[in-house]
Amino acid sequence: MTLVSFSPPGERPDSEVGRGAPTSVRLLPKPSIPGQRILGPVLVILLWYVASAQQWVSPAKLPGPAAVLTAFNETIATGVLANDLLMSLQRAALGLGIGVSLGFVLAVIAGLSRFGDSVIDGNVQVKRAIPNLALIPLFIIWLGIGETMKIMVIALGVMVPIYINTHAALRSIDRRYVELGQTVALTRKRFVRDIVIPASLPGFFTGLRLGVTGAWTALVVVETINATSGIGYMISQARTYGQTELVLLGLIIYGVLGFSSDAAVRIIERRVLSWRQSLEQ
Amino acid sequence: MASVARAVVKGLTRREVAVRARGLVRRFHGNTVLHGVNLEIHKGEFVALLGKSGSGKSTILRALAGLDEGVDGTGTIAVPSRRSVLFQDSRLLPWKKVIDNVTLGLDDPDARAGALRALEEVELQHRTDAWPKTLSGGEQQRVALARSLVRRPELILADEPFSALDALTRIRMQRLLLDLCSRHQPAVLFVTHDVEESLRLADRVLIITDGIVSYDEKTEDVRASPTRFEAYRTEILEHLGVPQRQH
Repeated sequence: MTLVSFSPPGERPDSEVGRGAPTSVRLLPKPSIPGQRILGPVLVILLWYVASAQQWVSPAKLPGPAAVLTAFNETIATGVLANDLLMSLQRAALGLGIGVSLGFVLAVIAGLSRFGDSVIDGNVQVKRAIPNLALIPLFIIWLGIGETMKIMVIALGVMVPIYINTHAALRSIDRRYVELGQTVALTRKRFVRDIVIPASLPGFFTGLRLGVTGAWTALVVVETINATSGIGYMISQARTYGQTELVLLGLIIYGVLGFSSDAAVRIIERRVLSWRQSLEQ
Repeated sequence: MASVARAVVKGLTRREVAVRARGLVRRFHGNTVLHGVNLEIHKGEFVALLGKSGSGKSTILRALAGLDEGVDGTGTIAVPSRRSVLFQDSRLLPWKKVIDNVTLGLDDPDARAGALRALEEVELQHRTDAWPKTLSGGEQQRVALARSLVRRPELILADEPFSALDALTRIRMQRLLLDLCSRHQPAVLFVTHDVEESLRLADRVLIITDGIVSYDEKTEDVRASPTRFEAYRTEILEHLGVPQRQH
């Protein structure tokens, strides 16, 4: 850049730079521009719109965006959507809350005591090896097909990633910080509060993002199998009556829920772990 | 300023003992690192501990700091309960702001006021609420100094605290440490591998060779005389196995 300003008048700066300035091969993609990630989805919706307007696919298989929008307005007007959405959100939130608390508490107990580790860790690892959804039959036998069963399936699915990631973070706490705690004579309670918990939070948030995704996945399954309300129920009813636009609407709602909950977790994570970004700002 | 305060202490010849270690033996995996080290440090005395890599200087410091739990060994140690450790890295908790790093583990209600005073002493009062990662290496080590000071230590155990800093920052930190020590008069055990640093800072230089104290010399007068400084430098380097060329 400075070369250009020093080039004598009359000479073309471009050629000067082209000859003199060292160049290197670009190895990384160009820096991202704000909002560029929205471009892909927008293209897909555009393609969808064109495909249905041109009747490339039958409306029974893939109704256009307009039909889905109409279905959205109708379900809003009748109150069906609000009711189903509320049920789904309630299940997801309860399952998530129980799963997160359970996973975090178990991880802290297992991470901080040998006894806790020997009792808890092996069991969670075994639980991890059994696909969560495979437990549904057993849960139905134990808890029936009501809300408790659904919430427990979600909670167990959430618990595992929270536990695994928090536990891993706890186990890898820098020994130097433990030494520091000893030299300033921290009590055990203070050590947990000032060092252990903050040091395990990055792992916890990794687990939380996985857990939130897992909560939605489990929700879809339990609502599709046996439910009388919820977005999953709405989808399976719509399938029975061949209302493809309602199926699509349900999928879009799942997508929006998953996307916005992940974004929310990321915002909270950035707030809580603001000390990590301090160099980037 | 430092030398004046030191002279006062020097006048008190019958000073009380701050640190006493007797017959310190430490083994790692059957390998004896300390072979019965005897060590006394007086109140307010600044002792530098030199030695080659693996000579056991850090092992002594860790033993005095009580950081060698589970290590095989014998011997008796008496150290003040108010002591603090300066590590080679500043060892600040990245998730705590500067002020909270300084008050780490303190209970009394005026800890914060004390921390602010300590930060002022290390000239960091303007970074009180900064995250440690936004500080330079020298600033981080100054926070570590404040964390140490706020505990009013009778003994400071320093394990090469300035060795990771650049040369100019190191000199500034050495001056700051001397200044603080002259004001607060703690006993200091300062582990270093830098001979000039040891002469610049310490009243007394110890060398540990193969797990015993092989050299113990009062060097507090060297700062007034470049010739004596040079003579000690040569002597200590030779003792450490680095013979000096004759000019």
